[in-house]
Amino acid sequence: MDWYKLVQLLVNGVTLGSIYALIALGFTMVYGTLKLLNFAHGDVFMVGAFIGYFVLQWLGGSAAPTVNIVFLIVLMFVAAMLGCGILGVFIERFAYRPLRNAPRIAPLISALGVAFLLQNSALLIFGAQYRSYDSFDLAGGDLVVRGIHTGPLNVSLIRLITVGSALVLMVLLTLLVKRSRLGKAMRATAYDGEAASMMGIDIDRVIAITFFIGSALAGAAGVMIGLLFSNIYHFMGFYAGLKGFTAAVVGGIGSIPGAVLGGLLIGLGEALAAGYLPQGSTFQDFWVFSLLIVMLLIRPNGLLGKPQLKKV
Amino acid sequence: MADEPRKPAIGKDEWVATHEERTAGGRRSGLERRWQRIPAVVRLALVVVPAAVMPLFVSSDYVMQVATVTAIYALLALGLNVVVGFAGLLDLGYVAFYGFGAYSFALLSSDQFKVHWPALVTVPLIVVGTALLGFVVALPSRRLLGDYLAIVTLFFGTIFVVLVTNANRITPPWKDGPVDITGGPNGIAGIDQFDLVFFKVETVTQYFYLALAVFTVVVSGLFLLNDSRVGRAWRALREDPLAAELMGMPINRLKLLAFSFGAGIAGLTGTIFAPLQNGVFPSNFDLALLITLYAMVILGGAGSIAGVVIGAVTINVVLEVLRTPEKSRVVFYALVLVALVAWLRPWRLLASVLAGTVAFGFGVHAIAAAAWPEQTAGSPGGPGGWIGDAVDGWMVLLTHPKSGGNAAYGLLLLAICLLTLIRGRWRAAALVPVLYLASFVWENRLVTEPSITRLILLGSLLIALMNVRPQGLLGSARVEIV
Repeated sequence: MDWYKLVQLLVNGVTLGSIYALIALGFTMVYGTLKLLNFAHGDVFMVGAFIGYFVLQWLGGSAAPTVNIVFLIVLMFVAAMLGCGILGVFIERFAYRPLRNAPRIAPLISALGVAFLLQNSALLIFGAQYRSYDSFDLAGGDLVVRGIHTGPLNVSLIRLITVGSALVLMVLLTLLVKRSRLGKAMRATAYDGEAASMMGIDIDRVIAITFFIGSALAGAAGVMIGLLFSNIYHFMGFYAGLKGFTAAVVGGIGSIPGAVLGGLLIGLGEALAAGYLPQGSTFQDFWVFSLLIVMLLIRPNGLLGKPQLKKV
Repeated sequence: MADEPRKPAIGKDEWVATHEERTAGGRRSGLERRWQRIPAVVRLALVVVPAAVMPLFVSSDYVMQVATVTAIYALLALGLNVVVGFAGLLDLGYVAFYGFGAYSFALLSSDQFKVHWPALVTVPLIVVGTALLGFVVALPSRRLLGDYLAIVTLFFGTIFVVLVTNANRITPPWKDGPVDITGGPNGIAGIDQFDLVFFKVETVTQYFYLALAVFTVVVSGLFLLNDSRVGRAWRALREDPLAAELMGMPINRLKLLAFSFGAGIAGLTGTIFAPLQNGVFPSNFDLALLITLYAMVILGGAGSIAGVVIGAVTINVVLEVLRTPEKSRVVFYALVLVALVAWLRPWRLLASVLAGTVAFGFGVHAIAAAAWPEQTAGSPGGPGGWIGDAVDGWMVLLTHPKSGGNAAYGLLLLAICLLTLIRGRWRAAALVPVLYLASFVWENRLVTEPSITRLILLGSLLIALMNVRPQGLLGSARVEIV
């Protein structure tokens, strides 16, 4: 048994998984409140990666940053989260809200249109070439070289940052949803929007905030992917979005801990498939798909989802 | 719509009670009723006969190629319509079935495996095979909500492309080396002609007649199917799955049937496409095609056979024309004009908006040319045509259109969003600069990027249609996913 390989794959899986979890969180929150599959979510993530990239370029690029490296990374995250949050609110306001009372297929098609529009707008504005964060050059390579190195365990600083910040965001989100007044309003809206509005909750506002938070998480995930894998391009959001959807479904759509669990599972599954299955890295999408199918067959409501009752 | 009286929400009793009234009124439905009164055979002939005599007057291979591709798109849209329009299921992996049909045909009649079966044998096999594949894909999500079906099918469509792109180097357990099945990213080229044993389809015109014949058969079949027991059951399922189930309809079987049926039509279309293109490539079956097909079905009106055909023809022809800057200019300004004529009433308002836009343009052009002569010395992108020449004096054309055009594009998206918030006279006033901005973006940026522009327009079309007219041009049905 090659322990070094296994541990390394697990580390990769957890890193990737926490990014998927962030995407799945936004997706599952929106599904919880609106019962809408937000196909554009993955592309918001892509926009986040580009915002981070342009902040990096604006402040001198990774080879010669003009500001403190910690400040730079924080600024990239803040800018991407804010930008994506605002984008999310815009998408909700102009593509989904007018369809609140329409048949359920209408917002879904509209979401497909938004996803496609975002992808191709990015293609128009940013071009088709890959862009690189060059994160190896950041802080003179410290981010990649330094970190925890004990026995089989090798975790670079950049992975620690990724997992750590993902964890912080998840804890903050859980506190927000469980403890705050706003979180209570969000849960009420998710449970029964009409009743919530009768109790004096401004559900338009709650839904807009849900979109803001969900899209901000996707933006953070975009910067993380950029830091971790360097390369970003206009179509990256589509695949990441698919993984995020799958993570949400595997964990139980609408459930916040489920999204985190699902994300980690998909990330681990993908990393292990890449390491151990024949031609796993080429067909990792295929293995994730198989996981989704198996999950739907044995536990259709997801790991932490509750069975849904139909109301007449 | 803030200042309109609040309409009853869908699903409420009042909404059901006023159904007839709402679908009956207006000029459009008058036309539609008259169209419905024509016997079905005559209606079909009105579409097919002009198409069939068209090759007698057209000698250009290019036009015939476009016509054949249009027929293929119409077939695909009809198949998707069975799933989305008749049964109300959201199938986002539809393109994969089309690809499966095309690849199967390529494998069974090319040098890839040295198999050369005649089409008369392979086509029925492939249609049945694709329908079975559709059945299997829908199986895991048959009891679940439409949302799960959407995710599974979207993922399936993606996986299909991944598989065919990489299936040139899979090592099966029983072999030593990798086996090339699909040709990978290079696809399979050199496919046999469509061989009907007694007749070989070879030229583009012959393919056109083949596609037209298949189209006629499929349309007739779907027409009969729509009025059959199964067709009515699908509609019941679409409108209210719970009620349908309580009426004793086997809704799971109906869903699977619709799914297989759509997949079968897609597979059939694939077998025409592969020999026509004389090759199959993974990039033929991407997301863009899916979005195009959805735009066709939605534009025409999901559930309406005639509507879907009209949608397919319209969108494919428009997309084709958008390829060259000269013609795409005509399409762009014509579409803007048509949209304005359709929406702006009374005509005095329309006239003042148009006049305002023209005057606004000359004003801006004069100011910009005086203030920044170096930056605004651009010329119309591509061969201009007469509209290009006319535009030259009216539109600010940047010397370096890329960055300015990109910024203006972002601004335009924002402006269009904000425009939907303004009401009444102020909207008409705000329309003037937005129209000018749209033309600015078009002339400076989009006209030189035809392939991206097509996709952007398709995406926007889906959003706009859903917001303005979700039932499409001819659809009256409420499509609900189940």
